[in-house]
Amino acid sequence: MSTGRFVEVVRSGALSTVQDLGRPGHAHLGVPRSGALDRPAHLLANRLVGNPADAATIETTITGVSLRVGQAATVAVTGAWAPVTVNGRPVGWSAPVSVPAGARVDVATAKRGLRSYVAFSGGIAVAAVLGSRSTDLLSGLGPSPLAVGDRLPLGEVAGPPAPVDVAPTGTLTEETTLRVTLGPRADWFTDDAPGILTGAGYRVSMLSNRVGMRLEGPALPRRIGGELRSEGVVLGAVQVPAAGTPVIFLADHPTVGGYPVIGVLHPDDLPLAAQAAPGTPIRFQIVEGARKGPFLYRKR
Amino acid sequence: MRIIPVGLRALLVELPEPAHTHALVAELDRRRERGELPGVEDVVPGELTVLVDGLDDPAGLAAQLTAWRPTSVRPPDGPLVEVPVRYDGADLAEVARAWQVPEEEVGRIHSAPEYRVAFCGFAPGFGYLTGLPERYHLPRRAVPRTRVPAGSVALAGGYAGIYPRDSPGGWQLLGRTDLVLFDPDRDPVALLTPGTRVRFRDVGR
Repeated sequence: MSTGRFVEVVRSGALSTVQDLGRPGHAHLGVPRSGALDRPAHLLANRLVGNPADAATIETTITGVSLRVGQAATVAVTGAWAPVTVNGRPVGWSAPVSVPAGARVDVATAKRGLRSYVAFSGGIAVAAVLGSRSTDLLSGLGPSPLAVGDRLPLGEVAGPPAPVDVAPTGTLTEETTLRVTLGPRADWFTDDAPGILTGAGYRVSMLSNRVGMRLEGPALPRRIGGELRSEGVVLGAVQVPAAGTPVIFLADHPTVGGYPVIGVLHPDDLPLAAQAAPGTPIRFQIVEGARKGPFLYRKR
Repeated sequence: MRIIPVGLRALLVELPEPAHTHALVAELDRRRERGELPGVEDVVPGELTVLVDGLDDPAGLAAQLTAWRPTSVRPPDGPLVEVPVRYDGADLAEVARAWQVPEEEVGRIHSAPEYRVAFCGFAPGFGYLTGLPERYHLPRRAVPRTRVPAGSVALAGGYAGIYPRDSPGGWQLLGRTDLVLFDPDRDPVALLTPGTRVRFRDVGR
């Protein structure tokens, strides 16, 4: 077997992609932001192996991934909690682990959470597209999802691994509470729509992906029935398509949308949404905007 | 003008007419270059809206913008892009019927006006082109296609557009072009950006 600065995909899992901090700044050209869905977990994985924040990691979905390293490296797995082994031996999760050349790193099916992040010292060094190495499932920019046999180059090691055995992380729970600020199109819905949204009747649908988290549950009734003219939408927007069941826009979301957005997730809750597996009960909690009270300016 | 908060870090500005969106985007670009919009990541025009995302102080910008007056009603002229089209699309007969003209006339009608990119979205490099006279506006197809080939020239509602890559889509297909609309290795990556003027040229079947 050849050695070198690469990782080879032995088992790709349900969906494993290369992710970094994404490609913001191109939305006016129709280019999604993309990037790691659980950004804190991605950043932690990079810190643990001594990478800068903008290095690329591998984001897995539910069933993990198996990778063989060409050369000795440091690896860390964060995000969804999953058993991690090196050459079949259990090693630490959320911890820097030294692996020898030719070693096989296995991330098993997540026991809690949905997406794990696998960082290697040096970072995944595939070619950047518009300043990012992220795979964008909506527009097809960046590398294709990992397939068995793929070889991914690693970059130059930037710094030593973090001097910790295990990094503390938040706890993933059985139910996910997501804070939402109402707007920009909350006025397109009836007065009882916010109450239905917060009524705890939603679950994450199997049809969710990196583009959006689809929900199962009650439809939100509209007050204005007409068509919305397409307008820019943000990460974390809770958009309500014609059928009435909300969809939460995740990193690969389209840059403009034609359905009204009833509210927007608190940015600190995006990682919770990223880790909510299909079937997870979702509770929405409406919170105030950045300033006390709503601000709405009108001018003739 | 109405300014609506979008989450904690963005504003959606509603404007009374499409020309004002161009003026506001130009104004925001100027302020950005002067360093007056800290944190801004994206300025996304829609038809009658501009989304400003990544603001450190959305309330501050909202307060500033209430004093702003659109300076130019006519949007600034962007570059002119000529798009050669073979008018042999899958929906040509249907469009001709809806317009009540012979099929041969569809290309002439479609290529007559000068269009302008109002905004982008749907896919990288997909521009929503305005300029088609209202009597030729048509609804989307009732059932969208699962695959529309790259280069397809299409229309729906009041817009014309060109699919930059193979994708699902519900617009009426008039023809196709070999022009590459989006190439991440090219500078600029997108041929059609907001404000760009577009002329379609009928190059036969």
